[in-house]
Amino acid sequence: MSRLMEEMSAKAQALNVPLSVHLDLTYRCNERCVHCYLDHDDHGEMTTAEIKHLLDEMAEAGVFILTLSGGEIFLRKDFFEILEHARRLMFCVKLKTNAVLIREREAQRLKELHVESIQISIYSHRPEVHDAITLIPGSLKRSITAIRFLKSQGLKVIIANVLMTQNMQDYPGVRALAAELGVECTLDPTITPMMDGNRSTLSLGVDPEALRQVFRDKALVEDVDEFCAIPAPVGADDLETTPCSAGHNACYVSPYGEVFPCVAFPLPTGNVRQQRFVDIWRHSDQMNEVRSIRLKDLTTCTSCSHVSTCTRCPGLAYMEGNMRGPSTLDCQKSFARTGVPSANMLNKKRAAANLVQIRALPPMASASA
Amino acid sequence: MSRLYLSRNPRVAARSLDGEMMIMSGRDSTLFTLNKTATILWQAADGATPLDEIVDRRICSEFEVERNEALLDAESLARELAGHEILQISDEPIPQRNSPTGEIR
Repeated sequence: MSRLMEEMSAKAQALNVPLSVHLDLTYRCNERCVHCYLDHDDHGEMTTAEIKHLLDEMAEAGVFILTLSGGEIFLRKDFFEILEHARRLMFCVKLKTNAVLIREREAQRLKELHVESIQISIYSHRPEVHDAITLIPGSLKRSITAIRFLKSQGLKVIIANVLMTQNMQDYPGVRALAAELGVECTLDPTITPMMDGNRSTLSLGVDPEALRQVFRDKALVEDVDEFCAIPAPVGADDLETTPCSAGHNACYVSPYGEVFPCVAFPLPTGNVRQQRFVDIWRHSDQMNEVRSIRLKDLTTCTSCSHVSTCTRCPGLAYMEGNMRGPSTLDCQKSFARTGVPSANMLNKKRAAANLVQIRALPPMASASA
Repeated sequence: MSRLYLSRNPRVAARSLDGEMMIMSGRDSTLFTLNKTATILWQAADGATPLDEIVDRRICSEFEVERNEALLDAESLARELAGHEILQISDEPIPQRNSPTGEIR
């Protein structure tokens, strides 16, 4: 993030303006990725008119960065109508897609509408690995073809490479592919539970040792010693800061109009079908509770040495049962990065130790007594 | 001096935050914030109103400034903004499509 964008984000937070919104247009998808957290059935998506009205409300509320995602956005027949409306309102539009449905004509239209960037999920440079994750034969080839169409239009493309056990070894190949295509590449080792709370997807995540190696890969991390350093002691000012942008200057809207603090934070705060977007943003009790939380308010993390450097996700903590509690997945990341166990990990270890108590059994009472 | 017409570049993204315009360049995603004078030019850049009229109506009426000096400064600023592809400038009126300002209504 540029320094100016950081300044504007801080200003938006101080003014309680939702500078950035992630809007999922649909949960329907033409891929069936093994780690996906969504239910792909359509339970009553917002209509074109509802979405346009929402975009009007968002512009009025001060939203600047609009990320359109899904599901697969190009499955909506009105996608370009929605995008045209968004650009007419001068949003900075970012797209997330698998790109399977993008051909030359779509790429040209995206160029004409001046989208800021298009993020495309690529899991491997090898079709047998990528397609085994999307469960769609030929999907890697189609996504790469789409990237070439987009690049030929001069559009900014970012490959998003989610790491899991199935594709752990392939990220250097994905980065090489990105370099060949002339696009950026991001790496994300976070696998989240499903939105309904089902945690089965978590078993797909990379193991701690593999994560430790990723964090020490000099091709990824500019200064490994600094990145993996033992965290410095925390000052009182650090504990006054907010955990992340969720609910502070950013939020998420589902295809059904539900508003949440973030796509990874399934705490319902209201529905734009019943209330104005800005009223939910400003007055929802849940949204205000989220934005009241400072690092000093966290139950376990406040006493953790990682508190100021941890990537702790309040949404993942919420899905574990307490939005003020630790996010175990992020504890594991902090540990893999620094080798220092988190307060949460130490607590769990102590609790586990207390579960097993081996003592000699008292002598059996005499039968004649 | 020929008349200069200004139009908002449709490639940019724009929003007002507490009266300060944020503009993201369509060329390279560089973020700009506009000062008060630049914001006036942005808001008035409808492709049809010449710069001298904008200066008369929106700048000389608001700031204590001599007209010719204000016009020279405004033209210099407009050309700078055009250099960043935030505004388009022409000595002819610039036809507009539906082009909002990015202002919060």
